[in-house]
This record gives sequence, structure tokens and C-alpha cells, in this order.
Amino acid sequence: MTDAITPIEPRAEAAERRAGGTMRFVAARLGGAAASLLLVVVLGFLLFRVIPGDPVRTMTRGRPVSPEQLAELRARLGLDRPLLEQFVSYLGRLAHGDLGVSYQYSRPVAALVVERLGPTVLLVGTATVIAVVLGLWLGARAAWRRGSGFDRAVTGIAVTLWSVPTFWLGLIVLMVFAVGAGPIPGLFPTGGMTSPDTPPGALAHAADVAHHLVLPCLTLVAVIYAQYLLVMRSSLVEEMHADYLTTARAKGLREDLVRRRHAVPNALLPTVTLVFLHLGLVVSGAVTVETVFSWPGLGLLTYEALQVPDLPLLQGTFLVLAGAVVAMNLVAELLYRALDPRVRTP
Amino acid sequence: MTAPRSIAWQRRRAAAGRAWAAFRADRAGLAGLVIIAVVVGLAALAPVLTDPAGLDVTRAGGPRLAPPSWRFWLGTDESGRSVLLLAWWGTRLSLLAGLAATVLSVAIGTVVGLLAGHFGGWTAAVLLRVTDFFLVLPSLVLAIALATVLGRGLASIVVAIAVTSWPTTARLVRAQTLAVEARPYVERARLLGGGHGHVLGRHVLPAVAPLVLANTTLAVAGAVIAESTLAFLGLGDPGAVSWGSMLKAALDTGAVTAGAWWYLLPPGLGIVTVVLAFTLCGRALEAVLNPRLREP
Repeated sequence: MTDAITPIEPRAEAAERRAGGTMRFVAARLGGAAASLLLVVVLGFLLFRVIPGDPVRTMTRGRPVSPEQLAELRARLGLDRPLLEQFVSYLGRLAHGDLGVSYQYSRPVAALVVERLGPTVLLVGTATVIAVVLGLWLGARAAWRRGSGFDRAVTGIAVTLWSVPTFWLGLIVLMVFAVGAGPIPGLFPTGGMTSPDTPPGALAHAADVAHHLVLPCLTLVAVIYAQYLLVMRSSLVEEMHADYLTTARAKGLREDLVRRRHAVPNALLPTVTLVFLHLGLVVSGAVTVETVFSWPGLGLLTYEALQVPDLPLLQGTFLVLAGAVVAMNLVAELLYRALDPRVRTP
Repeated sequence: MTAPRSIAWQRRRAAAGRAWAAFRADRAGLAGLVIIAVVVGLAALAPVLTDPAGLDVTRAGGPRLAPPSWRFWLGTDESGRSVLLLAWWGTRLSLLAGLAATVLSVAIGTVVGLLAGHFGGWTAAVLLRVTDFFLVLPSLVLAIALATVLGRGLASIVVAIAVTSWPTTARLVRAQTLAVEARPYVERARLLGGGHGHVLGRHVLPAVAPLVLANTTLAVAGAVIAESTLAFLGLGDPGAVSWGSMLKAALDTGAVTAGAWWYLLPPGLGIVTVVLAFTLCGRALEAVLNPRLREP
């Protein structure tokens, strides 16, 4: 597109300059992400080692513990050493993937996190895919007929669901579809990821997990699809008066094809990166949804950790979730660069 | 003779009058304001209109988890307390926490935004970097971590929400600060020898204030949701009644699986009502006060 507008510039030179620009862009973004990750790590240390004053006292609050036990726990967590030394050893262990030992499980935090990673990825991934498809599809239709009854209804429902607290919606869904309300029988399990009485076999196992996945996934989709819908709608509305759409119509294309082939691809650009940019919100939603439905993922692990409170475990889930979101943001920025034809290298 | 300061105040009063007239024309915004007034009034009058003794688990007289009846309009909870009474008293804590967290969050955001907009260079670069960082982080996860290490209770929840929600205000205030400082009268003030404090306090802050007000109203909605979520996760004061803690009790004691809809609906509908009212009111205020959204 740039070439078409500025043909004066020698092509090879322009390509070279853009390639250099891309390298610089990628380097800058990588640097930014690295700085953010470092901030996450420092914040993790500040939160769990510095702010509590005495983390051991926080963890054992309200429990009968002898001074010997406290001292033993302090030594085990390395809290009896100077703060700077603790920070250096924290960095060193983190670099080796060592997140410490959970207080309530007496197991390495890293192992627990890895165990719970799969279910969260399954839940968040499925919900995001469904929410994106649903949101974009409805958003495109609403924008195409903006101001109509359909537009108002679709946008209104989405915004209402968006302003409902996630956990309350989860409780309602749980009560209606898992317990049963009035004439509706309980159709789905109330929690967990598998039933103990499932027959062996991979297929039966998959069906069982899918059966358990329906309600948490439904709740998460209901809460997050609005953002995709709204962005798609507003970005398509902006395109509505573009000249190329008039051209497409003048060519004699059906309205349906004008939308699908011309308008939507252009409006899709800002939306794609949004999927990754809003993953922080999805993660926050997942924490409450997993708690309501006892879905054994990182969100439920966070909830279990805050109950005790198990500070090493909480620190681990914080680092992993925040780190994942920072990484996803990097992907979003790089993806935008790769997708936008105006800045893409040939 | 009129002092320049009183002229400035006259102008501001006139502008506020115009804004109020424009706000009144917005029916949805006005409806939001009326709902807020009613809810705040009910919350304030709770000790006068109801007997707080009914909140005491040991003195609750009703049957356990009974559906709505003439005696208990909204049924009872797991210890036989009236759900209506609990939800009514829950309003107080939920509103208080939401408002306190918003005030704190907006204060942090305004200070950071003003500083980042006023002082360019390294200060702005560092502040913006930190702002973007907090904007990206999954706010609930950070709020959980912070509220946990600070220890359960209202104050921790308020601090946790404020620390995780200030960045949007900071960005808004910074953008507006840059716009205001580009105007000739600010340059004039600076040339006449006005220091940083004078420019920020006398010129930039009053110009930014209307936008901050609209933003504050919108932020209350988010803070009320965040407060109820943290209380639901068990980070609130265990003895106090709030909408979030009621819903936590409903899930923990099996009221949800027992199908006790009367226990589940009132606190949730309370949250939704307050959130919608503040959102409507904030949108209307924003339309009136934000120069970018105003019709030319």
C-alpha cells in the first residue's frame, strides 16, 4: 500500500530501510517485554517478601505455632538472611525455574503450577476462541445494520453481561444448569474436571472433560465476548463510508460479499491484536470462574493459596500468570506489525 | 473592582451551570443519578430503619434457608437471618469500599498523570513505563496477592483495588495535561514566573478536574465489582456483611447447590444496579465534560 502511494522512492532502498525499521521495532518490543518481565519479578519479591514484614507471621496467623516452628519455617524459606541476599538468591532460583516449596502441599511450587497449567489453558483457550468467533460475527452484523433493533439488542445484551460480576454469573449458571431450576433438570456437573466413575479409555475421558467444561466455558464466554463485539462493531462502522466499499458495490457485488470480502478484513486488523491484549482480563475472569466451578487450574490454585495463605504458592501463580500476560502482549505487538500491510516488510 | 480570582470562580460557576443543564437533558444519566441517590440514602438510613440485631447469627430467629415468606420477604440465609436485612446492610460496606477505593485510585492516577504530563523527559518516560506495566498486568491476580499479604479486611481490599486500577486515570490525566499546557495562557503564566506548583495547581488541575470527575464516576462501577470479587474470594473482613461475602457464604454453605435462589439474587442484583447506575451517570458526565466527545 505504501508503495502504491509513494512510487518516487527507489524500491530496494525503501525495502532495506523498512527491514532495518522492523529489526529496530522487534528489538525495542523485546526490550520492553524484558523490562516488564523484570518488573514482574521485582514486584513478586516486593509483594511477598518486603510488604508483609514477616511473611511467616502472615502465613501462620491464627494458628498455634511454637517459636521453634516459626524459626524453622523462617530458615526453610531463607527469611533469616538480609533482604538483598534474599533477593539475589530469589533471582538465582527463579532463573533455574525454582519457585520455592508450597507451604500447604509441601511440594515444589513449579510442579504444582505445571500440573494446573493444562486445565487453565484448556478453559481460557476454548473460551477465548468461542468468544472471539461469536463477538466478531455478532459485531460485524450489528455494525452492518447499525441503529436497527438487532444492533441495539445485541449490543445491549453484550454490555449488560459485561457489567455483571463474573462470579455471580457463574453462580447463576451453576444453579440453573448444574443444580436445576424449576422445570430445568441439572444437566451438567457442578464442578471439577472429571467424574470418578468414568469408564476407562481416552474417548470417554475426553467426553467427560468436555461435559465438565461446558458451564465454566459458557460463563467465561458470556463475560468476555462483549469486548470483541464492541471493537469489531466500532471499527467496522468506521469503515462503512470508505470509498472502496462504494467501488465494490458499484462493481455489482452483493451486499453480503461486500461485507465479507472487503469491509470485514479491513476492520479485523485492530481486533486481532485485541485478542492478545485483553488476555489479562480473561485471566482475571478465569480465576473467579475456576473458583466457582472448582476447575483445577491456576485460578483455583491461586484461590487455594490465598485461603491459607500459602505465600510461596501465591507468589508462584502470580509470577506465572503475570509473566504469561506480558508474553501475550509482546505477541500482540509483533502480530500487529506482521499483519498490517502498511508496515509489513515485503 | 473584581479580583481576577473571583472572575475565574464566576466563570467556573457558569461553566458548571451549563454542564448541569446539559447533564439534566440526558435521561439515562439522570436516572443513574437518581438510583445512586436512592441507594446511598437507603444505605445511610439502614441503622435507623432496621434493627442490626438481626445480623447477629446467635440471635437470628428464622428457619434455615427458608424461601421468601410474609415474615422474611427475601427468605433467610444458612443461619436463619433475613436476606433482605443482610443485603440492605451489605450495601453500606460495598458502597463504602467502592467509593474509598475509587477516591484513592483516582488520587494516585491524577498525581501520576499530572507529573508525567507536566515534567517531560526521564520522569515522564519512567512514569509511563510503570503505568503501562500496571495496565497490562492481570489486575485481579495482583489485587489478590496484595490483599493477601496485607491481611484480610476492608482496608487491604481498598488499597488492593486502588493500586491495580489507577493507570487508566493516569493516562487520561496525562493526555489532558499535555493538551492544557500547550495553550497560550499556561505559557503566559510560565513566562510571568509561575513555578511548577503554580502552573499545576492554578491552571492545569482546574482544567483537568471535570474530566477526572467523569472518570471517577465510571471508576466506581469497576471498584464495586472488584470489591465484591475480592470479598467473594474471602479476602474481606470475615465478620462484616457485604454483597461479596454474602455470595461467598451462599457458595460455601451449599445454598447454591440447594437451589436457594432468594439468597443468590439480591446481592447480585444490588451489585448490578449500583454498577449500571454509576456507569450511566459517568457516561452522561463524560459526554458533557469530555471535550473530545462533545459535539462541535
